[in-house]
Amino acid sequence: MFRTGLITTTIILLSLFVSACEQTANSPSTATLPSDQLTGELSITGSSTIAPLAAELAQRLESKNPQLRVNVQTGGSSRGLADIRQGISDIGMVSRKLNDNEHDVQAHLLAQDGVSIIVHKSNPVTELTTEQIKSVYLGKISNWQSLTGRDKKITVIHKAEGRSTLEVFLDFFKFKNTQIKPDIIIGDNEQGIKLVSRNPNAIAYVSIGTAEYNMKAGTSIKTLPLNGVEATTEKLASGQFPLSRELNFITKGKPSLLTQAYIDFSKTDEAANIIKDFGFVPVK
Amino acid sequence: MKPPTSLKTSVLFPLNKDKILLLGLRVLAGLSVISLLFILFYLSKEAIPVFKNIESIKFFTDKSWHPLSGEYLLLPMIVGSLLIMAGAMLFSIPLGIFAAILSQFYAPAWFANVMQRLVEILSGIPSVIYGFMGIIVIVPLLARFEAPGTSVLAGVLVLSFIVLPNIVLISRNALSQVDAIHIDNAMSLGLSRYAIIRHVILPQAKSGLFTGIVLQSGRAIGETLAVLMVCGNVVQIPGSIFDPVRTLTSNIALEMAYAMDDHRSALFLSGLLLMGVVLIIILVAEKISPRENTV
Amino acid sequence: MNILPTNNNAADTLLKIASWISGLFILLFFGYLLFDITINGISRIDLGFFHNTPVNAGRQGGIFPMLISTLWILALCLCIALPIGLATAIYLAEYTNEKQTLTRFIRRSLNIIAGVPSIVMGLFGYAFFVIALQLGFSILSGALTLAFMVLPLLIRSIEDSLRAIPQSYRLNAHALGLSQWRIIFQILLPIASQGILLAVILSIGRAMAETAALLYTSGYVMRTPDSMMDSGRSLSVHIFDLSMNVPGGEQSAYASALVLIVLLLMINIFTAFISQIIVNKSIR
Repeated sequence: MFRTGLITTTIILLSLFVSACEQTANSPSTATLPSDQLTGELSITGSSTIAPLAAELAQRLESKNPQLRVNVQTGGSSRGLADIRQGISDIGMVSRKLNDNEHDVQAHLLAQDGVSIIVHKSNPVTELTTEQIKSVYLGKISNWQSLTGRDKKITVIHKAEGRSTLEVFLDFFKFKNTQIKPDIIIGDNEQGIKLVSRNPNAIAYVSIGTAEYNMKAGTSIKTLPLNGVEATTEKLASGQFPLSRELNFITKGKPSLLTQAYIDFSKTDEAANIIKDFGFVPVK
Repeated sequence: MKPPTSLKTSVLFPLNKDKILLLGLRVLAGLSVISLLFILFYLSKEAIPVFKNIESIKFFTDKSWHPLSGEYLLLPMIVGSLLIMAGAMLFSIPLGIFAAILSQFYAPAWFANVMQRLVEILSGIPSVIYGFMGIIVIVPLLARFEAPGTSVLAGVLVLSFIVLPNIVLISRNALSQVDAIHIDNAMSLGLSRYAIIRHVILPQAKSGLFTGIVLQSGRAIGETLAVLMVCGNVVQIPGSIFDPVRTLTSNIALEMAYAMDDHRSALFLSGLLLMGVVLIIILVAEKISPRENTV
Repeated sequence: MNILPTNNNAADTLLKIASWISGLFILLFFGYLLFDITINGISRIDLGFFHNTPVNAGRQGGIFPMLISTLWILALCLCIALPIGLATAIYLAEYTNEKQTLTRFIRRSLNIIAGVPSIVMGLFGYAFFVIALQLGFSILSGALTLAFMVLPLLIRSIEDSLRAIPQSYRLNAHALGLSQWRIIFQILLPIASQGILLAVILSIGRAMAETAALLYTSGYVMRTPDSMMDSGRSLSVHIFDLSMNVPGGEQSAYASALVLIVLLLMINIFTAFISQIIVNKSIR
C-alpha cells in the first residue's frame, strides 16, 4: 500500500508540475500585443465584503489584458483606507459611506448593499414593524409569544462593532450600540445566515444580496419586509427599500491610467452583471 | 548533557568542524529568541498609543467593551479565553493520552496504523472546517438544550477537536521513545502490563507528554477562527457553560478589520495581554513540570 | 509498538476499556467529519477541478492556483524552518543541559511563540515581512510567517527525540573517537529519525491548517503565482473565503477541503518515504 501511495503521489505531483509549466508557457508573446492593452500592476485592498467581487472584476479585466496584474487583498475597510492614505495601494475598498474626516480621499460608488432582517423559514412571522424590531433588539421583547404566539425565547443576533452593516442598522432604528442586548454576535453575513438557518428562533440582519442568494439556493431563511417594502434587490434598486449601505472604491489624488481603467470597467454593463451576481445593486 | 569531549582539548580534534558546528548551531538557535523579541516589539509598538488616551484601569473597570463609545472592558474576554482553553485541555488531554496508549499498547498493529494516518491528516485540517462543523452540528445540538447554542461548551468542544490530533501524535511518540531497556527490565521482574504502563513507561514519557500539553495549550489559547464561529462573541463573563462568550483572539479577529486609532491600539494591547497570560501559564507549568524545573 | 505481557488484572482491563473508548470516540468523530466532507464535496470534483482556475469567486471552476500556492508556501516554509529548527534542537539537546538559564530562556521563548494567536502572527507578518522588509504580499512572506509558527513545534519535538536517546550511545561513540559532527549526523539523527519525521509531519499539518496568518501575508489573490514574490492564496484561505465570505460557496469549500485532506495524506506518505531514504543513506 505504501509503494502504491508513493507512486500515485509522485505521478500526481509531477502532473501538477507539468501543468504549471504549461500554464506559464501559454501566456501570449508580447510581439502580437495590440497597442491599447493595459499593462502593469494594480493593487486593491480593503473590505472583505467587496473583495470577492473586486477579485472577480479583476479576473475579468485581466483576461482581456493578459499583461495586466490586478492584486486584490482583504484586511477590512479600515485597512483599505489606511493603505490608500499611505500610498501603499492604488484603490481601496470601503463598505460604507466616507465620514466627514475622510475627505482627503475620493469615493467612487461601486454598488449598493441592502440590509434586511432575516428569520428562519419556519417562523410564522411575516412582518415586523420598526417598533417591534427595536423592542426585540433592546431586549424589551424577549419571547416570540407576543409576536407569533409561539412560546420560544428569541435569539437575537447582532453584528460586531465597526461593521458598516451595524452602523447603518443603528442609524436607521436610532439605537446606541450600548443599548442592544444580543445573544450572539457575528462577524460576517454568512455566519449569520448559517446560524439563522439552523435556529428556528433566531433573528438577524444581513446583506440582502447574501440572503437572496442563499434563499434561492434553498437555505432555510426568509427576509422580512421593512416598513412594508419587501427586502429584495429589485426594491433596493428602485430606491424603495429604506435600509442600505454604500460599497465604495476609494482613491487618493489623480488616479493613474490603470486605476481609472479598472474603475471605468466597474461601471460597465458587464461589470453590472457581475455585481448583481454577488447580490449587490450596481450604480445606474 | 555536555559532550564529554571538551572542545578546548584541541589536541586530538583541532578547530575545524566541531567548533564551526557549535558556532553555527548557536547562531541558528539564537534566531528563535530573536524572533520572539521581534514579535513582542511589534505588538508593543502598536499597543503603546492606547495608553496616551486611556488609563489602564479602564480595561478592568469599564462597564463593557464598546470601543466606539469609549468603553474598554477587557476582563470578560480574558476570562473567556482562559475558560475555553482550560475546558478544551481538560477534555482533550485524557482523551488524547488514552488514545495514544491504545495505539501503542492495546490495539492491533493495523488499527494503530490506520489511527496514526487518520490523526496525522486531522492535524492538518484548517480550523475553519472544525468551526464550520461546529456551526452545523454542535451549535444546533446545544441550542436544543439551551438557547442560543453558541456557547462556552460549543467553544470547548470545537477547540478540543482541534488540539486533540496533535496531542495524540505527540503522546504516542513520547510513549514509543521510552527506552526498551526499562521495559525489558520491568518484564523480567514480572510486572503486569498495567503496572509497566503506569509505573515504568508513563513516568519515563512524562516530559514528552508535557511538551505536547504545553504546546497545544498555546495553540488552544491562540485559536481564532473556529472559536469565533461557535462561541457567540458576546462580551460577558459567562454564568454557565451554555452562555455565549468572547475570547481575546476572536475579539481581535472580529474588530481589527474595521478598527481605527485607539480601538486598534486597544486590540493590539489585548494581543499583548494574551501573551502575558501565556507567559503566566508557562511559568506555572514550569513549576509543576517533571523536568527539573524547565518545561 | 511494544509487546507487553497480557495478564489481565482489573486495572489493566480498566485501562484497556478507557483506551478503547477514547480511541473509538476519536475514530468515530473524525471518521464522521471526513465522511461529511467527502459526501458534500465529492460532486464538485472532476478532473478539471485540479487544472482550472477559479471562476465566479471560486464557486465554479477549479483550484489549480491554490494548489500551486499551497505547495510552494509549504515547501518554502520547510526549507526555512527545518535547518533552523534542527540546529536549535541539536544545540539544545546536545550542548546544553536542563539547568542552564540559556536553555530555559530559549524554551520559554519558544513556548510563548507557540501561544501567539494566529491572527496576531498574521498581523506581525504583515507589518514585518510585507511592509517593513518590503516583500509585499507574497509566497515568501507567507512562508516566513509560517516558519515562525512552526518552529516551536519542530524544535521541541526534535529535541525531545534527541534527548530520548540513551547516553550510552554518545559515550560509546566518544570512546571510539568519533567527532561531534559524526556523532550527531551519523548516529544520533538516524536513531531519532522517527521523532524527526513526526516533527516534520506535525509542522506540515500546522502549516496546511493555518489560515489567518496567511491571509495577511501571502494574501488573497486567486492567480497562479509566477514567482515567490507573487501573492497567492493558499487552500486554507480559499476554504475560509468560500465558506464564510462568498454566498453559495459552501460546496466548493467542501470540495477544496477534500482535496486538502488527500493532498495532506500524499505529502505525509511522501515525507515518510523520503526520510526513510535519508536515514538509510546516512547509516551507510
